[in-house]
Amino acid sequence: MPAPASTASPPGSGGTARSRPGVRARRRRVGGSLLAYALIAPAALFYSFFVLRPIVASAQYSLYDWNGVTTATWAGIDNYVAVLSEPKLVGAIGNAFELILYFSVVPVGIALFAANLIRSIAASRLATAARTVLFIPQVIPLVAAGIIWSWQLSSDGLVNQILRSVGLDAAARAWLGDFDTALPAVGVIGAWVQVGLCLVLILAGMTRIDASLYEAARIDGAGPVREFFSITLPGVRQEIAVCATVTVISALASFDIVYVATQGGPGDSTLVPGLQIFYLAFFEREIGTASAFSIVLMALVIAVVLPLQRLLRGRES
Amino acid sequence: MIVSRREKITGRVILVVLMLVTVLPFLSIFVTALHEPGSYPRGIEWPETPHWDNFVLAFQSADMFHLLSSSLLIELGVVPAAVLLATLAGFGLGHLRPPGARGLFVVFILGLTLPFEGIITPLYFQIRDLGILNTRWAIILPLIGLFMPFAVTWMRANFATIPRELSEAAHVDGATTWHLFWRIHVPLSVPAISSLAILLFLWTWNQFLLAIVLVADPAQRTMAGALGAFQGRYGMDIPLLCAGSLLILTPTLIVFLLFQRKFVSALLQGSLKG
Repeated sequence: MPAPASTASPPGSGGTARSRPGVRARRRRVGGSLLAYALIAPAALFYSFFVLRPIVASAQYSLYDWNGVTTATWAGIDNYVAVLSEPKLVGAIGNAFELILYFSVVPVGIALFAANLIRSIAASRLATAARTVLFIPQVIPLVAAGIIWSWQLSSDGLVNQILRSVGLDAAARAWLGDFDTALPAVGVIGAWVQVGLCLVLILAGMTRIDASLYEAARIDGAGPVREFFSITLPGVRQEIAVCATVTVISALASFDIVYVATQGGPGDSTLVPGLQIFYLAFFEREIGTASAFSIVLMALVIAVVLPLQRLLRGRES
Repeated sequence: MIVSRREKITGRVILVVLMLVTVLPFLSIFVTALHEPGSYPRGIEWPETPHWDNFVLAFQSADMFHLLSSSLLIELGVVPAAVLLATLAGFGLGHLRPPGARGLFVVFILGLTLPFEGIITPLYFQIRDLGILNTRWAIILPLIGLFMPFAVTWMRANFATIPRELSEAAHVDGATTWHLFWRIHVPLSVPAISSLAILLFLWTWNQFLLAIVLVADPAQRTMAGALGAFQGRYGMDIPLLCAGSLLILTPTLIVFLLFQRKFVSALLQGSLKG
């Protein structure tokens, strides 16, 4: 089979009569590049106009004091100082980090624990059915999850009904309305949404681990704990990193669940950056501060996600 | 694998417990939805007389017909366009790889972790200046842009795995790049394209922030946005709110159960690549 023209012609020989195929190949390559750019252009245009341009605009607004209507005045870094020093705004960032515990650490922990126990029956009918059922919270709108759970966590809801039925009447309360429990209660909603995804993902990782490793370990007399830490956990490192990335972003950028479940209350006890940006921009008309907060939020997400990505890459290299 | 009986039983118990925790909240709002409108039921409690007509009432009060058709119009505006743009760009970046393709791809990747709240403020002013505030276009156009980082990354990864020998052979046979794309690469990419379409469908349907900020009229919003408005209006009437929420959930659940296998694998791959 003759080699394709593009690889047959020596570089730099175009122009002479002998290398006409080379010219044609280069022309095709240039034409090919033009075609490639033309194919990429529409996606790049939409992305630039509706994502990159607003990011640049955010950075620009963040340096001004502006109410969205009258002329903006230069504010320098004042808005950033406000975001990083006003207790209410700093509190929102703190809440987002606390939510990582519930949206990310708890579901990944539960998923690891459960997947390790389910591993041996991962192919059974029950496990297949569970895969579907546990995925339902992932496909319904987060707003719906928020509404459903607001009712479960209310003073007469299912959670308190269960507590009362086992004699824990004293523990029953309006979970989302109590300063001490509102944020963890929001966290429960997030954990409920995320645990299914984490479980299915980690379980898939565990079933790919070579079974002979476990047999060897058992013959060597390794207990289940040893087995978990030296075989299972390293084996699903990549899956854990993926779960952590997805769930951490959902915690730092949470909006839907908090918006319907607590609106940030009581007080500011469940205020999160997403909600605070929304209030600042569209209710308090502090466009500058809202934009500075947006930039800080984007930076925070990247600062937290990048190390996780390194963990993910760690196994590939 | 050496597995003891006890391990299997523990595994089954854990699975059943997890499924119960997932399903109980749905059962609870279903039972609550059957109570007398305006009443304040407690936990899970079967009503003396189930008010099945609550669902009809909620259907009418929420104007479900309008909501469904509005969501479908938004889906029609977003999904085919986003899939087409991403497929073209993915082919360009993953297969043709013109000079600078790597740099362009990195720019797309930068958008992968972007929280929508990060750009919602300037986006509002941009949409207002375009004169499309409070129309479905205010959701459709930005969503196409916002989906590009994921969709392009996804399609690029797909085209990068298609063996180059195929294209070289086709070139020798005199096929143009366009032919190569339509006759060889696109047919081979049908699984990736359909998974992408499912994911984008789901994310559009569930989009909330853009809907509540950019569109004031709930009848022009996505399903999730409309649900937020419904909660605002009927938040006090628990049985009716539960009935409405269930109605709004049902289409997603039906689509999910129909395509569940595809859904689960798409979401898994989606999170692995994203």
